[in-house]
Formats: sequence, structure tokens, C-alpha cells
Amino acid sequence: MIYFDNAATTLVDESVLKSFEDALKLYFANPSSLHHEGLKALEMENKARKLIAKCFNDENFDVIFTSGATEANNLAIKGIAYRYKKNGKHLITSKIEHPSVREVFHHLEQEGFTVSYLDVDEHGHYKLDELEKLLNDDTILVSLMLVNNETGAVQDLKKVREILKKYPKVKFHSDVTQAYGKIDFDYSILDLISFSGHKIHSFKQSGALLKKKNILIEPEILGGGQQDNLRSGTNDVPREIALAKAVRLAKENQKDNYEHALSLKKHLVAGLKDIEGVEVNSGDDDSPFIVSVYVPKKGSVVAESLSNKGIYVSTKSACSSKKEMSSYVLEAYGKNDKIAQNSIRISFDRENTLSEVDEFLRVLKQILIEIK
Amino acid sequence: MDELIMLRYGELSTKGKNKRDFINLLGCNVKHALKKFSNLTYDIKYDHIYIHLNGEKYDDVSKRLLDVSGIYSFSKVYRLPIDLDVLKQEALKLALAENKKTFKVHTKRPNKSFPIHSEEINRLIAGEILRNSDYKVDVHNPELMINITVREDYIYLFTDETLAAGGYPLGSGGKSLMMLSGGIDSPVAAYLMMKRGIKIECIHFASPPYTNEAVITKIKDLLKKLTAYQKEIKLFIVPFTKLQEEIYHHVNISYAITIMRRMMYRIASRVAGKRKDLVIANGESLGQVASQTLKSISVIEKVSTLPVIRPLAIFDKVDIIKIARKIDTYDISIRPYEDCCTIFEVKNPTTAPNEEKAIEYEQLFDFEKLIDDCVNNLEVLTITDEDEDDLL
Repeated sequence: MIYFDNAATTLVDESVLKSFEDALKLYFANPSSLHHEGLKALEMENKARKLIAKCFNDENFDVIFTSGATEANNLAIKGIAYRYKKNGKHLITSKIEHPSVREVFHHLEQEGFTVSYLDVDEHGHYKLDELEKLLNDDTILVSLMLVNNETGAVQDLKKVREILKKYPKVKFHSDVTQAYGKIDFDYSILDLISFSGHKIHSFKQSGALLKKKNILIEPEILGGGQQDNLRSGTNDVPREIALAKAVRLAKENQKDNYEHALSLKKHLVAGLKDIEGVEVNSGDDDSPFIVSVYVPKKGSVVAESLSNKGIYVSTKSACSSKKEMSSYVLEAYGKNDKIAQNSIRISFDRENTLSEVDEFLRVLKQILIEIK
Repeated sequence: MDELIMLRYGELSTKGKNKRDFINLLGCNVKHALKKFSNLTYDIKYDHIYIHLNGEKYDDVSKRLLDVSGIYSFSKVYRLPIDLDVLKQEALKLALAENKKTFKVHTKRPNKSFPIHSEEINRLIAGEILRNSDYKVDVHNPELMINITVREDYIYLFTDETLAAGGYPLGSGGKSLMMLSGGIDSPVAAYLMMKRGIKIECIHFASPPYTNEAVITKIKDLLKKLTAYQKEIKLFIVPFTKLQEEIYHHVNISYAITIMRRMMYRIASRVAGKRKDLVIANGESLGQVASQTLKSISVIEKVSTLPVIRPLAIFDKVDIIKIARKIDTYDISIRPYEDCCTIFEVKNPTTAPNEEKAIEYEQLFDFEKLIDDCVNNLEVLTITDEDEDDLL
């Protein structure tokens, strides 16, 4: 098996699994209970929180554990919109956000908020001069992802932060799911951060929203008031421990993994040049973990053929209608329908090898000849 | 050109022959505070401590330095070879990087073998800046100070000076036993003691099951915050239940608090003696509660065999809270758990106890034996700044 779909999810790390199993027995108690076992679990949970905040470069982040980045995005965006709507009802996001951000903004539009969708240039980079024009006194939230999940485009959020300095009312949120543990970035410049555990070798249904202490949000899930009243429901301490450990490991291994992914990407891109009709959508400065490639045949058929040979990549092929098959991300780049509809995504991990890339190139070449 | 941080000593300079020890101690404390910045290297000199940044961010490092007692101030400095042309060039660069209008150059020349006098250096550098920028000289109220120090081996160049915590290096003033309740005041008092160079160990009185174990968690969390200043803090937990029950059983209720506090000081004195702590300290502030009136304090403190230091004695609550917020203990302190002072309701505690009366009440039961039990059954915990856990 050649698994090149690591932007979709990753294999759970052995040591993360071990921590989880041990924690299931050691810290099974409800951390809201005031007895000895409960306090033990609470203490562990707070250690996990602190470790995560530290890994994101600022111990001032509150960590709210969630079921993943989708819930974290919902909580951050709706939480800010509802909490600060008296200050303004204008929100800014971009045209290339993940559906778990995009759909939340669509929903808020129906509730009377005004949303601006920032354009990107042909490299997938936010048009920052346009951002300056979109910002106004009514703006309360800017939500922009750090690394795009389809193309790996890396955004200059440091510049965004500088632009936002003139707008102290604006809260700055970023979904960093495809960035954390992969690229170097100073997360402390952000007000709110969403990320997911299963992209960094922890479990599905595990992630967190980080928020600076001075920022308030409205909760989505009400109940027993856990997590400072921001996300009710009994806390899953073992899962939180596993997440914290995966976060630490991802940070510690980031440099090595980056270099490794970069060598894989360079090898892949060089090899693709020899295959006729193929075009690489991702740029050299994009995250080396994600490579978007246009294939000159039907994208879904290419992916299916690869799958039959034990090579797993991603497309936008599951749906039947033409419109839904197309990538809105690549459309936003200004790519034509042919490219937006027939691109595949190769996404790497530390376990992938150069010989796997060679094998992929060999098989792809063959498939493109065989498919009509 | 190297980027460094130069630390200046405060009251240390008045300390005569002990200065060398103080400086070494401060050096250790600084290294501990900055240990997460693995690229830093240190140069501990008699006049200053130099920290070579080696690529670490000045802003991050300097933030941590604000917590280290014994530093008067610090500056980001540029270390240059002894070369006037390089100095001119770098001073100009520094001026241009700052978006200001007026400046002044101030040179010191401890290295008298350098042939150009301070005044002449001032003129040369100022001239260079005047020729190549829109800056104007203002010798009285300059927006930008260009400081130059010519030493034996290097020239140092810096602009501003950040005031730090002051005080003395931690450990230079001996060790104290801190009474810690879990409220807002005692962590602040502990912080002020440490800032003055005095190490702390803590004593906490627990009365389970009347007090919840969560209070101990709270105390541990508070001490964890204080490990920013002292890397390891011992906590002695006194099993106080039996003694407290006996007090409420035998003593007139209006004197219960007075007697309880006297018992606490007796126990603290015994523990401090065993631990070779020189003083007892706590977060008492005059007038705050019944046991903290002058009259109460005088009757209560009589039983202490050691001096008692109350750093907050004359502080207003709002000022205490300000410090609590600064050292980030406030949010922990306000967690709503009961401590042993609040569990038995005392409607009208006396604010003006009488010593003879207190002694009379104490003779109603054999408290010496109960105190022995407390002192002999201490639970000892060590709180460190390490947060590691095998599972994480």
C-alpha cells in the first residue's frame, strides 16, 4: 500500500496510542468530580492544556477541547459573531477556506451578518491589498486559514496581523489544521486557533480551539458548564492526553518531517515533468506535505485506477453533478474548469519514501496511457 | 556584530565583599529562568551579565528576565569590534531603524587606551547621523539615546534601558516559612519575599473532610505559578482537623479564631525550627479580618518563636489584587473552595482579644500533644516548574 492521503487523515502514533490506553485506566474519573480520582484527572487535563498552549508558542492560550477542527471552527466563528455582534456585523473570510469554515459563514449570512470573501491570486495567496479595502468599522472577525488543504498554499498571516493592527476590534481566527506540526509559524500572533488531532497522528473526534484569555465567545453546546462554560459535556481526559502528546511530538519532529516532505515533493514534481499533459497546481513555496496535480484524464477515474493498484490519493470525485465535482479552491486560483475538475491531491507523511514516489510516478504514467 | 542583553545589578553594588557571591547566584537564577532558550550563552562579569542571543528573540527572552529578582535593568546591546568606522555605521543603522526625530549620543570610555576621548566620539557619531538622516540633536530631551561604551575588548552600543524587578537574587537572603491559605494575599506575599531574595517553603493547614482536597490542588496550582521565581518549592500540609475540632469543642466561640491562629503559629514555629527557616511569613494585611487587627496580631504573634514578616501589612486590597494579576495567581485564588479558616462559622469573632483570656482557654485542653501530632504527621510535597508526565 502506498498511502498518499495524509491530509485526509493519518495513522495513530504508537506512543500516542500507548498513552491513551494507560490513561483510560489511570484517569478514568470525571475531572469535574471533587474527589481524589476526579482531581487527579483534572490535574492531568490541565497539564495537557498547558502543554498544548506552550506548543502553540503562548501559555496565554485557553485550550477548549472539541470533537475536531470542524467543531472548533464552528465554535470560534459563531462564538465570536454572536458575542461581539453589538460591535458590528461584518465578517471576513476567504474563497478557499475548508467547508467547516465556509459553511459556517454561509449560515451566518442567513442570520443577517455580512460576509466578505477575500480573493486569492494565481498562486492561491490572499490579495492583501484587497483585505485592507474590505476592512471597516463594522468588521469584528477575520478568519483565514494558514495552509490550504487542497493545494498546500501557505499564507502570510503575519502580514495580515500587521494590517489588523489598525482595527483593534477585529478578532483574528485561523484554521491551522494543515499547518500545525508541518510548517514553521509563530502561532502567538493569532487570537483564535482551530486544529484537529487526527492530522497529526492522534485520534478522530479530537481537536481543540485555542483562544487568547481576553477574548470572549458564546458557547454552542450548553449543559454542565465544563471547560469554563464554553463547551459542556464530560471531558474525555485520555483523549485529551493523547492529543497533547501528539501535539508535542508534532512540534518536536516538525523540522525533520518538513525536510523529509520537501525531498519527497521535489522528487515528485521533477518526476511529473516527464509525464505528458500533467500540471502541478501547487507552487514551490507551498507546504511540501500537499501537492495538487492536474491530470489530463478524468480525475476521479485516475484516482480509482491508482486505488486499484494500492495507491491512495484524493480527489473531489464522490459526487455526480459537474458543479460539485469541481474544486472551488482551484476555481478561486483562476484555473479553468478542466483543471478545477480533474486534479488529484497527493499528501505526504514522515513514513512515505522516495521509492514510493517513484512507484507512484511509474503507475501514474501507465494509467494515463491506458485510460481512454 | 553580536546581539546581546546586558543586565545591570541594582542594590547589589552596595554589598561590598559579598558581591561576587551575589553575582554568581544571580547568574544561576538567570540561567534557570532562561533555560528554555537553548541557544543563549552567558558572560558573567563583575559589572554586568552579558547574554548572547545567538538568534533567540530579544522580546521573548526579555519578558522572562522581568521575573528574575536582583536585576535592576537591562538593555539590548550590540557588540562591535574596536573600530570607529564600524561604530559609525552601526550607530547610524540603529538610529535609522528607530522612527524618531531627535537624539543624543552618550559615550563612556572605561578603556583609556582608546585614543579618542568620549566627547570626540560623541561628536563623530552625531555628525555621522546628522549627515545621513533627518535627525536633530536634542541634548536635554532626546527621543533617542545612543549609548556607547568603549571597553578593553569591544565597543558596546545600545539605545534604551528596561527597568526590571529589582530586589536581590533569590537565595541571597536565606529561607522563610510561608503560611499559605489559598486566598489572594498569601501568594502575593510569597512573591514579594522571593523578590527580596528570600527563598520560601510553604505550610498549609488542612482540615479534611471539612476542607476539600480541591484546596490542595489549588495550592499546588498557585505554587506552580510561583515556580517562575523559585524553581522548586516545598509544601508542608498540616493535618489540622483534630486540633481544630478540639478548639471548637473547648473554646468560647468568639475566641476560636484567635486560638486557632495561635495554634497555627506554634506549629509553624516548630516546623520552621526543624527546617532551619529563619522567619515565618504570611499574607496578613492590617485590618482585613478579625484576626488581622493590631490587637489580634499582638496576642496571636506572642506564641511565635520566630520573627514574623508580613510583606502586605500595609497594602490595600486593590494593590494586592494588582500584583496577584501580574503574577497570574488571581484566577486560581478566587476558585471557590473553603479553607480551614472558613469552615466553622464564627458569627462574632473578637477583634480585640485579651492575652490572659486566650491562655485561659488554651488550658482547657491538651493542645501540646495535638500539636505534636500535627508536626509529626506532615505531608511533604515538592512543587517544581517541570510539567512532564510520562503519558504526555
